[in-house]
Amino acid sequence: MNQTDFLKVVLPFKDKVFRLAKRLLVSTEEAEDATQELFFKLWRNKEKLANYRNVEAFAMTMTKNYCYDRLKSKQASNLTLVHSNYKEKNTSLDKQMEYQDSVNQVHQLIENLPEQQKIIIQLRDIEEYDFDEISKMVDMKPTAVRVALSRARKTIREQLIKKHNYGVS
Amino acid sequence: MELANIEKLIEKYLDASTSLQEEATLKEYFLSTNVAPHLQEYQALFGYFKKSKSETFTKTIQLKTEKTNWKWLSVAASIALLVSVYFGNQYVEQQKVEKQYAQVVNALHMVSSNLNKGNEALVYMSANLNKGNQAIASLYTYENTVNKIFKTK
Repeated sequence: MNQTDFLKVVLPFKDKVFRLAKRLLVSTEEAEDATQELFFKLWRNKEKLANYRNVEAFAMTMTKNYCYDRLKSKQASNLTLVHSNYKEKNTSLDKQMEYQDSVNQVHQLIENLPEQQKIIIQLRDIEEYDFDEISKMVDMKPTAVRVALSRARKTIREQLIKKHNYGVS
Repeated sequence: MELANIEKLIEKYLDASTSLQEEATLKEYFLSTNVAPHLQEYQALFGYFKKSKSETFTKTIQLKTEKTNWKWLSVAASIALLVSVYFGNQYVEQQKVEKQYAQVVNALHMVSSNLNKGNEALVYMSANLNKGNQAIASLYTYENTVNKIFKTK
C-alpha cells in the first residue's frame, strides 16, 4: 500500500476523526494534533489495515482510545478550561441571536454529559452511524448503546426545556 | 410532514428507537422555518448537530514526521556531549601523563649525562692515581737506593 492508496482509504473520514477528537478534547488545537497523530499511527500500521474489514470503524475506535489516553494524561487536563469562551451572552434581544445562543447551549449541554454518552451522541446524531457500527466502535452491546443514547438525549432535552422556560438564563 | 407524526417521532427519538431515516426526517423538519412553537427547543438541538457536522479538518495530514525527530536529536546531542567530555577528559589526562613522562625522561637524561661526566672524571682520576702510584713506587725505589747508600757508609 503506497501513500496515495492509503490517503484514498483514510481521507474520507478524516473530518469524522477530527470532530470526535474535538468532542472529547474540547480544544481545536488538541483535536488537530490528535488527528494528525492518529493518521500517522494508521500509516505506520498500514500493513495491518488490510486485515480490518471496516477501516473507518477501526479508526474511530482508535480515536476514542487515543483521546481517553490524552484526557487521562496530566497535560490534557490543563486544557479543559479552554471552552469557557462558549459562555452564553445574555444581551441578545434579536431572535437570530437567541437561536445562536441556544445552539451554543447545546454544545455546553453535550459537554457536560459523561464521556461515553458524549461519544455516542457524536457518533449517532452528528456522524449518523448505525447502531451496529457504533457498538463496534465503543465496544458495547447495541442495546447498551441505545440505552446510553436515550439517556443522553433525554438529559439534553430536559436541560433545554428548563432553560427555555426560565427564559434566557 | 404533519405535527402529530413529528411528535410521535420525537418520542421514539428520545427512546433511541428511531432509525437513521426517521432521524433524517426530524432533522429536515427542525431545520425548516415553520417549527411548532412548543417544539422550538429541538430546533437548537438539530441546528447544533448540523453545525457540528460542517466542521472540517483543514490541515494537511503529514505522514512523514519531523516532529518526533527533535526529541531523538536532543538525546543524540546529549550523548555526543557526554562522550566528548569523557574522551576529552581522557585526552587531557593523557597529555598530562605524557608531559610528566617527558620531564622524567629529561631528568633521567640529565642524570645519566652527569653520571658519564662523573665516570670520565673517575677514569681520569684513576689514571692519575696510577701515575701517582708509579711516582710513589719510583719514590720508594729512590728511598731504597738512598738507604742503601747511607747504609753502605
